[in-house]
Amino acid sequence: MKKIYVREEWCLGCHLCEYYCANANLGGGNMAKALKGRPVHPRIRVEDDGKISFAVACRHCDEPLCRKGCIAGAISVADGVVCIDREKCVGCYTCILSCPYGAVLPAEDGHAVQKCELCIQTAGGSPACAEHCPNRAIVFEEGGASA
Amino acid sequence: MDLYVHPLFEVVRNEKKCVACRACERQCSNCVHAYNPDTGEMEADDSKCVNCHRCVSLCPTKALKIILTDHCFRPNANWPGENINEVYKQANSGGVLLSSMGTPKPHPVYFDRILLNASQVTNPPIDPLREPMETRVFLGKKSQKLERNAEGQLVDNLTPQIPLTMPLLFSAMSFGSISYNAHASLARAAAALGICYNTGEGGLHADFYPYGPHTIVQVASGRFGVHGDYLMAGAAVEIKMGQGAKPGIGGHLPGHKIAGDVARTRMIPPGSDAISPAPHHDIYSIEDLRQLVYSLKAATGNQKPIIVKIAAVHNVAAIASGVARSGADIIAIDGFRGGTGAAPTRIRDHVGIPIELALASVDARLREEGIRDDVSVIAGGSIRSSADWIKAIALGADACYIATGALLALGCHLCRQCHTGLCNWGIATQRPDLVKRLNPEIGAERLVNLVHAWQHELKEVMGGMGINSVEALRGNRLMLRGVAMTQEELDILGIKHAGV
Repeated sequence: MKKIYVREEWCLGCHLCEYYCANANLGGGNMAKALKGRPVHPRIRVEDDGKISFAVACRHCDEPLCRKGCIAGAISVADGVVCIDREKCVGCYTCILSCPYGAVLPAEDGHAVQKCELCIQTAGGSPACAEHCPNRAIVFEEGGASA
Repeated sequence: MDLYVHPLFEVVRNEKKCVACRACERQCSNCVHAYNPDTGEMEADDSKCVNCHRCVSLCPTKALKIILTDHCFRPNANWPGENINEVYKQANSGGVLLSSMGTPKPHPVYFDRILLNASQVTNPPIDPLREPMETRVFLGKKSQKLERNAEGQLVDNLTPQIPLTMPLLFSAMSFGSISYNAHASLARAAAALGICYNTGEGGLHADFYPYGPHTIVQVASGRFGVHGDYLMAGAAVEIKMGQGAKPGIGGHLPGHKIAGDVARTRMIPPGSDAISPAPHHDIYSIEDLRQLVYSLKAATGNQKPIIVKIAAVHNVAAIASGVARSGADIIAIDGFRGGTGAAPTRIRDHVGIPIELALASVDARLREEGIRDDVSVIAGGSIRSSADWIKAIALGADACYIATGALLALGCHLCRQCHTGLCNWGIATQRPDLVKRLNPEIGAERLVNLVHAWQHELKEVMGGMGINSVEALRGNRLMLRGVAMTQEELDILGIKHAGV
């Protein structure tokens, strides 16, 4: 199964992935229109201490701890993609606490959580972060991070 | 610092489009952009902008553009603003003006006044998509006669050659002047394409020895990074006598760029300035050059062709004749529009001659003297497209060197600030956070794309001429016609005027 892999060696810390992600999850239209003057809520986050940077998004674990901890049954795995059902989510944030990667985040409204779903609903299954990374620091591929 | 000098560029930000993602701020090594938390908007300091387009290229909403300032001096045809500003700069600094890349001056480009031929009716054109089209070449001295031994069998008297899948090479750019990742991109692309890249005078990084068969190792006046294994590692050894952008001038890589691997590869202490003298201190005559040529042949067990690279200067034909007689297998001629990592501005903009004229006169002179087959000729110095490349071959080049074009493929936007070491594209810099911006995986791919595209175009044009081998295009000046040239220019180029 294709997943998002991150290559720290090539991450520039430009944070563009966050903006492309946020835009894709708002429908993938005109970014200026969608994001102008409002805080972004991306599902991928660049960890950046000024020296080392890399993007973090859901690993789509085989045995997801977030699903195990979910009290509402809102997290499921479909074809290997860990998904959240916003309707079922009660916003208890147990998944946020249990994710070892910090890849589950509160959604903009605060009443539910959100996480990377590999753009299966949004950018036609081609993750916007990987597609727009200027240095191929984020790749969408089988197996593991090459090189 | 630049007292009286008004910023050349203005950063124009479309506030309706800017989402304040701050990618421009994070990507600018010149610190042009800044986020103002009070207003939530981005601001720009125009005076620091070098117009490298890094921010423009990465801006996700295309909210940025850079424009030339319309600020002006009182109009004066004799004293253009550029001249006035240069005087201010020198009055400020007391120093020689430094520049990078090829000259931006509007010198004549003869390639643009040369037109190519195509077949009609008789000797019909060839479709390169349907019929084989040979672009392979071998660079080196060609045998003048067949020799047979006592048993009547052919004697292999061919001296070593550089095999190339097409008559194109990436020209010399040292590790130090360009980054590790730029070299990695060139090396990988050269190997994938079956051509060669050139180390320049900076030695060969230990990681790139596996690309040896696609590497030309350079020996220049500073002798940086030269040792036995280095000489044996490449497909050929190039002696650099001159460079088109700065004939008669040596090189100076400042100490702050000589760190870590660059120092190790050059075999000099970290932090020391790498100064390549203007002359080779052991070469003051063709005889001296011959000694170095044969020393290098001996050092490589006569296995490697020797290239001698010279800048195109006034007496280039006579110089090339001398070089051909020095035992060199290949002469590389670098025209004055060629690039550089740093050169004194006046030298770059005013010294040397165009490659078209130099190449044509060298080719003609070597033919007249009956020594053309003793050497191959590589032409370089602003080959900007496959059209320039094809015209250079028809003027007599066995192959062409490209470097600026290769750097453009890697992302260079010709901002000509290589000498500052702050290249935002990760090419002409040694700062690790900038170097990593050039992922060689992408770089090599783009170089391969570019060269493949040029090869397709070469085949298309050759097919149109009814030629199916690049060997038959070389020196084929009947395929060229000049426009808007004097008779003297046509005579030097050895071509007819269009219509004749």
